[in-house]
This record gives sequence, structure tokens and C-alpha cells, in this order.
Amino acid sequence: MSTEVAGLGRAKPEGPLKLAVPRGALFGETLDVLDGAGIDTTELRGDSRSLIFEGSEITLVTMRPSDVPTYVEAGAADIGITGKDVLLEQADRRVYELLDLGFGRCRMVLAGRVGDERLGESERRLGVMRIATKYPRIAERYFEETGRQTELIEVKGSIELAPLVGLADGIVDLVATGRTLRENNLEVREEIVVCTARFVANRVAHKLRSVEIDELTAKLRQAVTS
Amino acid sequence: MIHPIPPGTRDVLPEEMRELRRLHGNLIETFERFGYGEVATPAIEYDEVLGRGDGRTAASAYRFFDESGELLALRSDMTVPIARLVASRYAKAEMPLRLCYLASAFRAVRPQRGQMREFTQAGVELIGAPAPAGTAEVVKVLEATLDAAGLDRAVIGLGDADLYRQLLAELGVEGAARDSLLERLAMHDLVGLEAELSEVAGISDEQCATCVALTQLRGGSEVLGQARELGGPAVERATARIQETFEALQEHGVADRVQIDLGLLSDLGYYSGAILEVYDPALGHVLGGGGRYDELLKRFGVDQPAAGFALYLERVHVAQMEEESRRQEEAS
Repeated sequence: MSTEVAGLGRAKPEGPLKLAVPRGALFGETLDVLDGAGIDTTELRGDSRSLIFEGSEITLVTMRPSDVPTYVEAGAADIGITGKDVLLEQADRRVYELLDLGFGRCRMVLAGRVGDERLGESERRLGVMRIATKYPRIAERYFEETGRQTELIEVKGSIELAPLVGLADGIVDLVATGRTLRENNLEVREEIVVCTARFVANRVAHKLRSVEIDELTAKLRQAVTS
Repeated sequence: MIHPIPPGTRDVLPEEMRELRRLHGNLIETFERFGYGEVATPAIEYDEVLGRGDGRTAASAYRFFDESGELLALRSDMTVPIARLVASRYAKAEMPLRLCYLASAFRAVRPQRGQMREFTQAGVELIGAPAPAGTAEVVKVLEATLDAAGLDRAVIGLGDADLYRQLLAELGVEGAARDSLLERLAMHDLVGLEAELSEVAGISDEQCATCVALTQLRGGSEVLGQARELGGPAVERATARIQETFEALQEHGVADRVQIDLGLLSDLGYYSGAILEVYDPALGHVLGGGGRYDELLKRFGVDQPAAGFALYLERVHVAQMEEESRRQEEAS
């Protein structure tokens, strides 16, 4: 395996299939599932700083989960794995969602300070709730659907800080175990959606590499159900 | 000094322009060779006229009032303007009519996505020639056009626009549930499709699995047999239509580059029957598409079947460059 991909010009659905692997929280379980589907992930498990791991049939490209739809939509990766939260937040990215892999389960929730009525009070008396989030589109859609007005404040870092110092009345965020919320004296008020890891494909690759992609989809399905 | 232009628009400089002109010439020459005469229509039309195409998806993103208060709009494709032109200028003409165009169209974009607000489309419209022969002729012209652009590896996907509408009707799914399912299908969100289908009352696990499996059937004529095994009158009717078209393509000798695809769904609401999509292995984006729009001309008072295709010129140009460098690499 080398870190260079021969003849890599513009994104194209040719050569070994390129699979976008999410680094971060989904990384470990993604590698386990790929192992289960018969894809060698030994090199990714080492301490290499490389981003690309070239194999004979499949090339693994590692990236942030939120970049996976970008690469797959453009065809720079033919297929990829990322969280449903990322796909919902980037719903305008045209990628095919082929399979629910089941792992990486977490909940998108509306949370507020324990015992604090700021959320309700702001809504009643001021007409809007101030909500801090890293997921402005998911939050916007949710509050629209539930008929409430909000002032969305997009933040990048530790979102729990926002209601503690008065930037926002509540937060919309992804919760796995709920430990971070508890440690910051926050509690879940409403559950918006449950998110798991999904297997996605580029539109053109799905058509032109149908045999390989169908085969891999079947193997992954087997790996996550067994 | 920076003098900005709106996002999604661009200038073209001589070197690119020369290449584009060459490409334009090759395409129009191909269209003409098959008897398609080039037409031009105004970029601005009455909004009400363009709105007859398809209110939801093809409606213009750019509308404005003129000095007498009329609502005008920039066209989002050429098929609807040509339907209007045919109805007003060729209502009593002898059919079939063969028209082609190379023109700019306008669509809304999201910022910083590399999407173009103004883009060029090249395509043909064949009016008055029903399926399957009319569809086969359009595919034949499309293949010749791809060859003329140097995209000899391009693949044409052939599907059926009515398949899922009819299948859902057969399963008794109506109203909001049906619209939501068609949306899942158009997005190709199989996870969501399966989840929503299983929630609809009266649909068995087997019917649900059939619907999901159908979307994954793509390949040669063997997929028609696989689809029939999944069963049901809607599938039977759609596969019969596709088979008819495919056989006509075989008679024309142009079936080799066609991939039958039961997962195809058009974004545009005016298509019925055969729909087409074009891919090239050198590009991760769809190069163009088309299909039959037998009901569209009725909305302009002319009852004629019709079919056509449009290619995104800028994307064809990118694919052309990639294919050329690949050929050079292979030769060296």
C-alpha cells in the first residue's frame, strides 16, 4: 500500500473503489464492520498519519465524518460511511443512502439546564427561544415542524457552555450516553431524531460500479446483522 | 479592483471559448445530421407559461415584474419553452417535428457548492413520435452526440417515470404518504424508504422488500426478468414498456451503451414513461438526462407525444478534457 493514488486527477468512478472512512467517534466501529465485510483495515489501525490507504480492490480514504457527503457527492469517494446526523444536516448533498449500519447510535435532542424554565419562559414571554447548536438546519426544520419560533445561534466548540453562561436558553445537540449533559447540569427536554451510521454512495458510481457496490452492500448488511 | 459577479455565474476567456465553440459545433452538427433544426427562444418568458411545466421543481428561481406589471421569469430548462413554441408556431405542422437547441438556462443554487446559476444545455426534442420508436430515435441521437463529444465510454441509464407512482397506487398508498415516499425514492434514501413503507398500514414486509429491491435493479436486459420475478401488475407494465423501448434500441443497434435502471426517478414532474440519465466514468456528476413527456404539450393545447434529452455543456466539457488526458496517458 502507498499513500499516492496513481493518476488521480479529477474525481472519477474508476480504478479501485474509494471508500470514505470517518475518523472520530465512528472510526473504531467502522473498521470492525469493514473487517467483517472482508476488507483489510490493519494499516488504518496502526499509528500512520496517512490519509489514504490503497488496496487492490478498495482504497480507504480517511476524513472527518462531516466531509464524507462532500467527497461522495463529488465522486472523489465512490462510497462512504457517515452518521445520519451529518446526512440530515447536509440534506442538499445528493448522495444515495444505501444501508443503515446500526452502530454509532445517538440521539439529536433539545436540552436545557436542569430545573430551569428559561426555554418555556422565553417562548411564552418573548415569542422566541434562543437555541445554540452545531446543527442549524436540523434545528431549524425541527422547530418549524413543531411550530415554534427560535433564534438559532451557531457555535463550533463545546455547545454545553452556551446555556450555562446565558448565550442561549437551550441547545440542540447529539447525545450518546448523556454524560456530558449531566456533568454540565443539563437535561434532555425533547428527542428530535435517532441517528446511526449509514452507508452512502455517489450517484454515478452507484450506476457505473453497480456489481461491486451491490456486493459490498450485501457484505456490509451481513456484517452488521450477524 | 474587484468588480464582483453574482455567485454561480462566470466569464469565459478565449482559450476556453475556443474549446466550447468546437464542442458546440460538433453537437449542433450531429443534431442537424439527424434532421434536428436549431431553434432559439427568449431567456425571459411569462412566469405563467414556464409554470405549466412543473410547479414544484421546474418553476423558475428568478422572477421579476416588467414595466407594465407583468410577472416574468428566467427559464430553468428548454423543454417547456419549446413546448410553448411548438404549440404556437407548429400547431398544425406535419409531425414528427425535430428541433434542437444550445442555450443557457437558470436555476437556484446554494452558495459555495460549485453549482452554476447560469449554465448551458444542449439537446433535442422529438415531437409527435410515440414510444417506443420515438424514444429509440432520441437515444440514437444521444449516443451519436456523446460520440461527437469524445465520450465514447459514456453510459445511458434507461428507466420508467411511472413505475413507482403506479406501484404505490397498486399498494393503495395515497396523499401525503405517497408524496413522502416518492421524495425518498427521488433522494435514493433507501433507509428512509424502508422505514416509511413499513409504517404504511396494509403493506407487508414482502411488499416493502420488493419496492426497495426494485430500486437496486440496474444492468442489462436480465434485470427485466429479475424485476418480473418481484411481481405485481405495476412492475409488469413498467418492465413491458422498458422492454419495448429496449427492443427498439436493439433494432437500431444502439442498445449496447444503455443500462436498464429500475431505480431511476426524474426530478422533473413532466416526464412519463421512459426516462434517461447520462454518466461518464470520467466524472462523478450526471452529465444530463431526458425522457418522454407525452402529457406536457397538452398543457399548451396540443395533444402530441414527445421525447428529448439535454446535456449539461459545462460538465460535458470537463468529461471531454478528462477523457482526452486519459487517452493520452494510455497512448504514452
